Amino acid sequence: MHPARAWRGRSQRYRLEGEICEGCGARLFPPRDICPECQRPARTPYPLSGRGEVYSYTVVYEPPAGYEEQAPYIVALIKLEEGPLISAMLTDVEPEEVYIGMPVEMVTRVLHRQGERGVIAYGYKFRPVLRRMATMPAQPATVTA
Amino acid sequence: MREVAIIGVGQTPVGEHWGKGLRELALEALEAAMRDAGVERLDALYVGNMLSGQVEAQEHLGALVADFAGMHGVEAVKVEAACASGAAALRIGYAMIAGGLADFVAVVGVEKMTDAAGEAITAALATAADAEYEAVHGMTFTALNALLMRRYMHEYGYRREDFAPFSINAHRNAVHNPRAMLRFPITEEAFASARMIADPITLLDASPICDGAAAVILCPADQARAFHERPVRILASAVATDTVALHDRRDPLWLEAVALSAYRAFQQAGARPEDIDFFELHDAFTIMAALSLEASGFAPRGRGVAMALEGAIFRDGRLPIATMGGLKARGHPVGATGIYQVVEAVLQLRGQAGPNQIPHARLGMTQNIGGTGATVITHILEAID
Ligand SMILES: [Zn+2]
Repeated sequence: MHPARAWRGRSQRYRLEGEICEGCGARLFPPRDICPECQRPARTPYPLSGRGEVYSYTVVYEPPAGYEEQAPYIVALIKLEEGPLISAMLTDVEPEEVYIGMPVEMVTRVLHRQGERGVIAYGYKFRPVLRRMATMPAQPATVTA
Repeated sequence: MREVAIIGVGQTPVGEHWGKGLRELALEALEAAMRDAGVERLDALYVGNMLSGQVEAQEHLGALVADFAGMHGVEAVKVEAACASGAAALRIGYAMIAGGLADFVAVVGVEKMTDAAGEAITAALATAADAEYEAVHGMTFTALNALLMRRYMHEYGYRREDFAPFSINAHRNAVHNPRAMLRFPITEEAFASARMIADPITLLDASPICDGAAAVILCPADQARAFHERPVRILASAVATDTVALHDRRDPLWLEAVALSAYRAFQQAGARPEDIDFFELHDAFTIMAALSLEASGFAPRGRGVAMALEGAIFRDGRLPIATMGGLKARGHPVGATGIYQVVEAVLQLRGQAGPNQIPHARLGMTQNIGGTGATVITHILEAID
């Protein structure tokens, strides 16, 4: 990924920044500028909480180029508490522990690396909600692979 | 608007064509179709293709194929809409004739996938999804379909094995299709124990990576009889779109663009779902077949798999699907698939489908799906008496 491209998406990838529609109040992620609910402009930034639950999930055994070292990995659709669905990997959990409806929260991790010298792309993944941290803000931001 | 007919079809075998590149495959299908139609001159050529830029570092296929086919100066462009590229090219050819801008048009779908390694093809196919918000998270095409399949099983209470009839039917039909890639039957036991690709999707839910090209020749319907004794009319041609990203849909298990494109096609054809004699649907994965049956109006919500379990999709059922093997067993050379579907439908309507012939087939429907349902193109074809 070109550094400019990674930089462009920083607000979304690191802060889960979506948008709120001034017209109908819908909260949108990813940002899409035109509200799909009422077709009016929705360009006001709105950071999402990063909390939600698993809507569906799968384990990828045959990864695309650039993701080989992570395979097998879990990708999921997460239903965020503000409404939107979001695609992301699950982390800190084994496949057999995941279930539809599982409460999850956002963490920041390495999404992929491009070889020895390429850009290391960071972004959101989701992990099971840790009970003792359930009342803390949703971005512990422990940056590890 | 003028009526449009198909007067010639051609197809290469689907498989691993190590000895042939994009241009050779496209020409083989194009020549076969022109021979079938008895046509020597074309006004325009449309090439449906998805991956040539990524796999072969070759774009500009309109001019490339026209040049290689010796059609100096002819109008030619490539049309791209992910896995729906083939039908998208047909849509353009149809519109050119219906609108009176051309009389003789060839539409070629061509794809070359086997020159790239597995991980590269997986990454290339993922470009049909949202690069910024799906693919970057390691989402593959199989994974997206697996997310749909698991949620479907969760909501409607199906088991993984319940999807077996889709693949069993496709493989059984491919046995008698000399162009099909996987010409062998499979059993329920094989389906149940197949290798996992993205849980719950196994190798036997998924269509194979392959090469192939297919072509059709179109002309105004009122001239068709002069070229072929059994021309086929394009009764309807309809395109609809939805969000590219699966997560942007309010209800991921309802393929809105399938519903819209099928509805528009039925309206245009003046037909209802029960009038359709067979349906070449986009069974890239078993779950796509189920969701397509539901949103197209052939099965109620959550009953697409039940319809397969009841046997309604078999050759002697209420709505035969994948009658020549479908994407699952004929093969899914992505940008060519939409044209293979139409070629096979034409063979059925001409009565040339061999052992797989659907008796008295009059109305056939084809549906080509790009991405997880972001572009859906439905055609309804009719045998001309
Ligand atoms: Zn709104």
